[in-house]
Amino acid sequence: MTIYRSHVLVCGGTPCVLKGARTLKDLLLKEIERYQLSDEIRVVETGCLGPCDDGPVLIVYPEGAMYSKLKPTDILKIVEHHLLKGRIVEELVFRERKSSAGALQGSAVPLEQEKYLSLQKRVVLRNCGRINPDSIDEYIANNGYLALGQAVTTLTSDQVVKIVADSKLQGRGGAGFPTGLKWSFTAKTTSDQKYIICNADEGEPGTFKDRLIMEGDPHGIIEGMAIAGYAVGASQGIIYIRGEYGLSIERMKNAIKQATDYGLLGKKILGTEFNFEIDVRSGAGAYVCGEETALIESLEGNRGEPRVKPPFPGIAGLWGKPTIVNNVETLANIAPIILNGPEWFRSIGTENCPGTKVFTMLGDINNQGLVEVPMGITLREIVYEVGGGIPGGRGFKMAQTGGTSGGCLPSEFLDMPMDYDTLSKVGSALGSGAMLIIDDTHCIVDVLKSFMKFFCHESCGKCTPCREGTTRLYEIVLALSEGTATDTEIQLLKELSGAMQLSALCGLGQSAPNSLLTCLNFFADEFQAHLNGQCPSGICKNLTIESEAV
Amino acid sequence: MEMVKVTVDNQQVEVPKGSTILEAAKKVGIKIPTLCYHEDLDVKAMCRICVVEVVGARTLQAACSQPVSDGMVIITNSPAVRRARKINLELLLSNHPQDCLNCVRNQRCELQSLADQLGVQQQRFRPKTKTKSPRDESTAALIRDPEKCILCRRCVEVCHQVQSVGAISPANRGIDTEIAPAGGVDLNDVACVQCGQCSLVCPVGAIYEQDHTERVWSALADSSKHVVVQTAPAIRVSIGEEFGLEPGQVSTGKLVAALRRLGFARVFDTDFTADLTIIEEGHELLERLNKGGTLPMITSCSPGWIKFIEHFYPEYLAHLSTCKSPQQMFGALAKTYYAEKTGIDPKDIYVVSIMPCTAKKYECGRPEMTDSGYADVDAALTTRELAKMIRLAGIDFASLPEEEYDAPLGISTGAAVIFGASGGVMEAALRTVYEVVTEETLASVDFKAVRGLEGIKEAEVDLKGTKVKVAVANGLGNARKLMDLIKEGKADYQFIEIMCCPGGCIGGGGQPIPTTNAIREKRIKAIYDADLGLPLRKSHENPAVKTLYEEFLKKPLGEKSHHLLHTDYTKRGKYPEAANR
Repeated sequence: MTIYRSHVLVCGGTPCVLKGARTLKDLLLKEIERYQLSDEIRVVETGCLGPCDDGPVLIVYPEGAMYSKLKPTDILKIVEHHLLKGRIVEELVFRERKSSAGALQGSAVPLEQEKYLSLQKRVVLRNCGRINPDSIDEYIANNGYLALGQAVTTLTSDQVVKIVADSKLQGRGGAGFPTGLKWSFTAKTTSDQKYIICNADEGEPGTFKDRLIMEGDPHGIIEGMAIAGYAVGASQGIIYIRGEYGLSIERMKNAIKQATDYGLLGKKILGTEFNFEIDVRSGAGAYVCGEETALIESLEGNRGEPRVKPPFPGIAGLWGKPTIVNNVETLANIAPIILNGPEWFRSIGTENCPGTKVFTMLGDINNQGLVEVPMGITLREIVYEVGGGIPGGRGFKMAQTGGTSGGCLPSEFLDMPMDYDTLSKVGSALGSGAMLIIDDTHCIVDVLKSFMKFFCHESCGKCTPCREGTTRLYEIVLALSEGTATDTEIQLLKELSGAMQLSALCGLGQSAPNSLLTCLNFFADEFQAHLNGQCPSGICKNLTIESEAV
Repeated sequence: MEMVKVTVDNQQVEVPKGSTILEAAKKVGIKIPTLCYHEDLDVKAMCRICVVEVVGARTLQAACSQPVSDGMVIITNSPAVRRARKINLELLLSNHPQDCLNCVRNQRCELQSLADQLGVQQQRFRPKTKTKSPRDESTAALIRDPEKCILCRRCVEVCHQVQSVGAISPANRGIDTEIAPAGGVDLNDVACVQCGQCSLVCPVGAIYEQDHTERVWSALADSSKHVVVQTAPAIRVSIGEEFGLEPGQVSTGKLVAALRRLGFARVFDTDFTADLTIIEEGHELLERLNKGGTLPMITSCSPGWIKFIEHFYPEYLAHLSTCKSPQQMFGALAKTYYAEKTGIDPKDIYVVSIMPCTAKKYECGRPEMTDSGYADVDAALTTRELAKMIRLAGIDFASLPEEEYDAPLGISTGAAVIFGASGGVMEAALRTVYEVVTEETLASVDFKAVRGLEGIKEAEVDLKGTKVKVAVANGLGNARKLMDLIKEGKADYQFIEIMCCPGGCIGGGGQPIPTTNAIREKRIKAIYDADLGLPLRKSHENPAVKTLYEEFLKKPLGEKSHHLLHTDYTKRGKYPEAANR
């Protein structure tokens, strides 16, 4: 085995790849060779390193120096100064940014001491950005497949279900349904065939965690699926990946092949009677196919539309067989829970919502990108500590949690803990983990207009409240922004929103009005201003700014 | 049966496990409003009109789909329920033309009734600005109006699940969703059989039959025309429903009286040619049995079925009897035999048929249906269209006297009446074939094994040592099952009756709305009541048919029969654009 003095981890997540990370990697390799350092320095393409907005990003170990916003000339500097001469290129080092000044601050402290990372707790992202996702050996070297091995050789299926139930892990796709409970329903069914579906049809705007988890640690998902299969008695797994996620599909397929070659998937896994195989299927871009029954319809070759429940998929899902549909992040939690035990998992996060949550931070926030933090962290910590605050030191207006289907929280909720229970109590949701930060330069009506437009576009057209209601919501919000809405229409907007939440067939239509209703509640003045023909932020074109009107 | 106890609006009720909230509520006398729900179709739970509160549930539940559980507490009339129902209905109405007065379903519209029931009194949403696809009038039988469609998908369900045709499906998404033939083509360019079952289940005026009433009124007003009418067997047991009579009543005499008052010169009966069909088809069967022809032979009375086999099983057309349907036999004879007999120039004879069927409109326009030298049948009205004419003429149907059909094309037997129900053609054929082959009189003419709503029925008849195995299918989904058996070589039948519509013609696409399976059962019973009440119950005993052979046709399967009463079929295939035209 070759011992390298330095490892360079080049982020191979989609955002960085799109910004040219692969070209930089080739240049890096060429430069390393030019300096004849190929035997001393190893370059590894990893999954997401986190600060997507600052990509392309790479980290040099053992120093732990993260370089961001890289250009080809920067690579030349890094090779010459850091890799050859051992001097960190200070001006290229990624810095936690502070909102107050909006400029780079601080000194070259080791990356781990940056608030950006110190507040994070990496369970799901344990390997992400640390190993080569295309190497099963690197995954195994980090305790990979140990949990599967333990499960199939030392635990009964019931025991596995119990461990997951005891961990109080909740589904990370959005709804937060207890995973162990879901598994127990299917485990109890008798059927010649059961399925484990990994829901990787990530469509929530602003959410890209599942993509980066798949790209960064595909074996973690495979292991979780296999354990789920063992727990409920399923021998077939399917990963349903959003069609646009080319790199995820590629990495998952590669990982499945490797695991199959190693006998970790297939027949008689690890010499036991347990068989488990995984197929990859890709979706065609419909948001609604993230809803588990619509996903199943799509898998069966039908129009992507939710089914009537009951029966729930756990009892009658794909091809009418008992089917577990779990989110990527949920499944990535399984192996650590088996290895470390439910008590360990419950020690992270809050009492009712243990564990971590992967967030994708975006909008008016300095550190855009992927983070994993313990459940129950406050909004303020996310925005101002992990997220580095708001650019230009502007004021915080609101955070939309949970993606476009989530609610909007104004500044009085900054100290609220972020977990499933607390958020649902205030009309929002933790949802998929998208965290959209909006500063005080934005107009609430203008923002809602784009949210509502999204649902018009993504409603599948099956049930009345969603099909017709989403268009009507948009219509009234549009009218507000154009100054033609009436008081009675605002009343109607509330009534319609309520009816949609209560009576739409699936989560899409039920949650479409969430942002609107929370905004109507928390930003009533701004709506009133629009009714009076004023847009306080000066965004809505046809309206006057308040001060001018006075 | 395991029972569960639930509370609906403070009333305790015990219902079988697995019952829906809708059923439980019905048991305590509460009729929860529904729209996409149809008692004979799979539950879709899409319109969200039937939502109710279930104590403990986060959201409202659709009563049509939600099964009750023991101890469930249901509230069907809370403010939240009323608000949600009303908003959902208002949403539908806001995307629906506001021109009820001009609609074919005015006052017979489920959406309209609901608006009244739920107290909609103003349009709160802005008028719709988006238009939908234009009206599709491409087929001979049906008109689709996407503007009126409220996307309940009952038509899709009946077309796919019941009929296994799949001519229409949801297209596009969200607010742009429409029910349409795939690929944005016209209905005439897909394998639609024009059975009209979609028009029966449509709650509004989004799918309905091509109107032939205007051309009939014109013909009636034209003094140069001799307008005769034929009534299909199934009309007499359904027309009364259009005038408030209970389903299951036989209104033959009133039907005849009404037609006479509308001004038809002669009121004839398709039953006459139904009897004739039995003679021709019976002999065709015997010939095939004796001479080793293609078996099993399959009936050809049902134009929807004919179009179905032409589209989906074109390689099996040789199995079809070559007999035209009774409607078309009637037309061909009216303009030849009847014209000769009465000395009326056939060009002046105008043949109207009253059919339980939309596909008959298509059938009478098929290019080969002109063997008389003219269009054999000029207009085919559905039961609903006839009712419309009777209403327009101000005729009080219920108080009409009972009148008799005109001779000779109005003379028929009970065997012809039962053509109206699934199994009837088979039973009528067996009554005749048995007596022709065995030269013995049947002890009982009732072949009960082939009666009823069941999808596929079988029977075996012993014709003096020769065993004939027969099958009967109603609804095209069941027809498909039988055809697949034939395809796999697993069907050892000699004779098969297939009717396009569930229950046969009594459940046809042109029948009164509603036509449900429960109503079908009642009409079937009426059909057999009518059969029982007739003095003659075997086709070969029909004196007018005997005279027809003596005076005109000479013998079954003879040259004249071959020319006027038999036909051939067209291979169309599943993607029929060219073949359909």
